[in-house]
Amino acid sequence: MTTRRVVLVAGLGGVMIAPATALPDSLRAALAAFTGGAPVREGRVQLDIAPLVENGNVVPVTVSVSSAMTAAEHVRRIALFASRNPQPEVLVAQLGPRSGRAVVATRMRLATSQQVLAVAELSDGTFWRQGVDVIVTLAACVEG
Amino acid sequence: MALSLINAPARVARGHVFEIRASLAHAMESGQRADSEGRLLARDIIRRVECRYAGELIFAADLFPAIAANPYLAFHTVAVASGPITVRWQGEHGFEHSASVTLEVT
Amino acid sequence: MKCLAWWLLAAAASVGAQPDTRRSGLDFMTPALQTLQRDDTQNPAALWLKDGEQRFSTACSACHTAPGLRGVAARYPAFDAVAGKPVTLSQRINLCRSRHAKAPPYATESSELLGLETYVANLSRGQPITPPADARLLPFLALGRQLYGQRIGQLDFSCAQCHNQHASGRLAGSTIPQAHPTGYPIYRLEWQGMGSLQRRLRNCMTGVRAEPYAFNADEFTALELYLMQRAAGMAVETPAVRP
Repeated sequence: MTTRRVVLVAGLGGVMIAPATALPDSLRAALAAFTGGAPVREGRVQLDIAPLVENGNVVPVTVSVSSAMTAAEHVRRIALFASRNPQPEVLVAQLGPRSGRAVVATRMRLATSQQVLAVAELSDGTFWRQGVDVIVTLAACVEG
Repeated sequence: MALSLINAPARVARGHVFEIRASLAHAMESGQRADSEGRLLARDIIRRVECRYAGELIFAADLFPAIAANPYLAFHTVAVASGPITVRWQGEHGFEHSASVTLEVT
Repeated sequence: MKCLAWWLLAAAASVGAQPDTRRSGLDFMTPALQTLQRDDTQNPAALWLKDGEQRFSTACSACHTAPGLRGVAARYPAFDAVAGKPVTLSQRINLCRSRHAKAPPYATESSELLGLETYVANLSRGQPITPPADARLLPFLALGRQLYGQRIGQLDFSCAQCHNQHASGRLAGSTIPQAHPTGYPIYRLEWQGMGSLQRRLRNCMTGVRAEPYAFNADEFTALELYLMQRAAGMAVETPAVRP
């Protein structure tokens, strides 16, 4: 794994391409549908989510992308994916220069412990990502 | 009449960026849950949320079943003009709801 | 035995001698969920709070004002002379409707009733829980205390075993809180919605594999009376968020 990363980094002028091999098939397909097959790099995206969650029904999550948000340079879309939910897509948000700040927050469902992935599309056509591994515990003393 | 809440400042200086928080009372039935008899509860979710302000769609989001019940979204926009900020929620089975708050730009 | 210790603490606290080791369920949550409760613009219960406020202005303001109801939720359950027993806040709301507003009662656990109860209890937010010093409540308080210490269900647990003896311990992946009803009605993440203390207590009973009492059973009023006494002095937090 380390060798492959070094080779990729050297071959692309130092830009780090995130290996997609660790992701389940359904997530890889969803990611490819979002990016149109374009490469996705690590960085620029900050995914704020608790690493340990008491209940997977309501998990607060915030995605921030560093961007000046001008007409010339801004975030076009932010997508959220969950690697081991029944369906990987969570949210696709559309932003623009009038957003002022590329920060989107919501509450999501996590079926089980898994990786949550945030991906941003910039106006220059590049894609950026950050993933966080989240552990989900179950609530005690439930209804049924 | 659906229950919704939009939180935004009442007054913002021109050119400043401010945050809008919008939530809607909605079960967001994922289609994964079963009732007490074991029958699958049909999916019934909000699919799209749009925010219009000063003549433009300034934010939109496509929602999937993994968005929690009583969906909450927070996003930002630049204060350009006084007037209404309108959020529209669109769901399955023809569900539609809109709500507005008024912004004063100083 | 911890129960006895709490009574001693409560007595001693009145002369400022002992530190109060009671903690709200809020303190047992992760920072993300604490923020969800503390920030009124993020709290999922805000929708019900707004609904309750609107319903209050149409259904209740003929007799009641918001300032006039501050502190009321902090001293419930309270004795109702006509019923001859204590009633909970939601039962009081429905009694008001039938006796004074001449309107039909709201269904138990209905969105309407929960919204109103959330609004009225929120008016007492920050105030200390202040059980009424009413001698008529004593027999019901005694029943509540007895039920709290009674082993029930296939798992043969009492409330006291988990929430007194093993508070701060773990039950599977969750931390066991002290069971102080400081924030009811709550938005429970497990329910993906609002619910009353009674709904939560029924979940506890299901959790130990006991047949839950019916909604509005006298046992629940007695338990709530005892739990509020046990939490006397702690601040009302309604609406709380809990996992």
